Amino acid sequence: MFPTPIQQTSRFTQISYRIALPVSIILWLLPLAAVMMTSVRSLADINAGNYWGVPTEWMLVENYTAVFANTNMARYLLNSVMITVPVMIGSVALATMAGFALSKFKFRGRIAIFATFIGGNFVPFQILMIPVRDLTISLGMYDTIWALIIFHIAFQTGFCTLFMRNFIIGLPDELIESCRLEGANDWQIFTRIIIPLVRPALAALAVLIFTFIWNDYFWALVLVQSDEVRPVTAGISALRGQWLASWQLISAGSIIAALPPVILFFAMQKHFIAGLTLGATKG
Amino acid sequence: MVHELSGTRRWHWLNPWLFLLPAAIMFSVYVIFPIFQSIWISFHEWDGIGDKVFIGFDNYRELFDDNRFWTALINNILWLVFYMLAVPIGLGVALFLNQQVLGIRAVKSLFFFPFVISQVIVGVVFTWFYDPSYGLLQRFLAIFGAGPIPVLADETLATYGIIVAGLWPQIAYTMILYLTGLNNLNPDQIEAARMDGAHGWTMLTKVILPQLRPATFIAIVVTVVGALRSFDLVATMTGGGPWGSSNVLAFFMYEQAIFSYRMGYGAAIATVLFLIMLIYIAFFLWRMLQAERG
Repeated sequence: MFPTPIQQTSRFTQISYRIALPVSIILWLLPLAAVMMTSVRSLADINAGNYWGVPTEWMLVENYTAVFANTNMARYLLNSVMITVPVMIGSVALATMAGFALSKFKFRGRIAIFATFIGGNFVPFQILMIPVRDLTISLGMYDTIWALIIFHIAFQTGFCTLFMRNFIIGLPDELIESCRLEGANDWQIFTRIIIPLVRPALAALAVLIFTFIWNDYFWALVLVQSDEVRPVTAGISALRGQWLASWQLISAGSIIAALPPVILFFAMQKHFIAGLTLGATKG
Repeated sequence: MVHELSGTRRWHWLNPWLFLLPAAIMFSVYVIFPIFQSIWISFHEWDGIGDKVFIGFDNYRELFDDNRFWTALINNILWLVFYMLAVPIGLGVALFLNQQVLGIRAVKSLFFFPFVISQVIVGVVFTWFYDPSYGLLQRFLAIFGAGPIPVLADETLATYGIIVAGLWPQIAYTMILYLTGLNNLNPDQIEAARMDGAHGWTMLTKVILPQLRPATFIAIVVTVVGALRSFDLVATMTGGGPWGSSNVLAFFMYEQAIFSYRMGYGAAIATVLFLIMLIYIAFFLWRMLQAERG
């Protein structure tokens, strides 16, 4: 254990540590707390500079209702869900198959193909922007949720393949060999052996992809433009232009938009962190 | 039985390709080909609708003389340099939190969760934080008697203001990488080093950091990628302003292509950004393949 466990240190250090912990977390989250406090205030309060005091009138219900009543926020949230869920399923499915091929078969070029998936995963989005936008327009998908779904599936396949390949390679070869000897073909091996065994990895990957896609902003700007298909990130930034200085509404809207991935993170923390830190301990 | 077995064997060589095919097609069409298409477009004058006119390296020549390009490039370098602070700070936070006391799990998650929030929201949070009339920052400054500083409206400060906003989730990310690394330290080595009288700084640099190398590697890679991808924060906090002073290549490219209809010029900017990233991609792949062989 490093650093030395706090229990083995002097009483003074122990007490300071226990004080430092809550203080540091408060400081760390202070910018966010400011937004949360703002979201329950009235505009009059903000203009009067009442920023940390008790609100003169509690506007929690009013502000959050106003966001849903006066804007397309509900639509944006629904769009985000309709984009995110298919992408989770699609990219994980493609990547599980590709990961199986790249880890349990020996064939020429497999390292090169694997490297291409990894490398492609790191490219700046701007190098893809113009051709992807053109392709989307010519396929007649521009400004539909399919534009985002198909692109995200394709792009996330790179990261997911890296992830699944590294997971599947750790599964015992003997299991696959013995099934092959019993006459199972590769598709049966995939559906009966690989899929049940990768389940723990699927959860981790799905949570990560959800967060990545939910939070995407760039492609939401490039591939769609109307309110009917906009996901929540692009929605919020459009609303900011509309609300100008109504910071209580901007704050409330932002909190709503941030909530789904935050809830998912706290619910599935273990999986999330396991996915994110893959490779941080080895390799 | 024998017949069936040889039957499966016969198709054996094709099977991995069939499993690969859907992913490979999607990835090629939407990621690999577009890279080459963009580079090709960068040699043209094109408004996105009419015909492309081949102009050779003219877009790159124009970039070279464009002050906005140099501002964006320098800002990208500032991003790369200062974003790197996320690595040591993340390590520091991880060391600070790597204890077993009551409630530490909750503290760790609270430290981490800025990372799961969209950068658009992080941008909103920090725009409010910097707000010249009501922002938290001005409250702090007022304690020391300093006047309000409109960070995001200041040509020299805007970029740093955005980088600080970006560091908030990025530190959370590197912290979690290091916490995982610290969890997997070899306790025998640490005990042995303790017997030899190593502690504190010596222990950290001589025993702990070498063991944390995989975590450091990943932390640096994701931080470089994050720095070069900085788009969301710039777009939501300043839109590249004031007067282009906080622009970065990613946003500059978007502006040129979408608002000025200069696809060729935009593609040239994207190509420059891609070439910078390519250095890191090559380095990462090289490391990865070495680990694969070793």
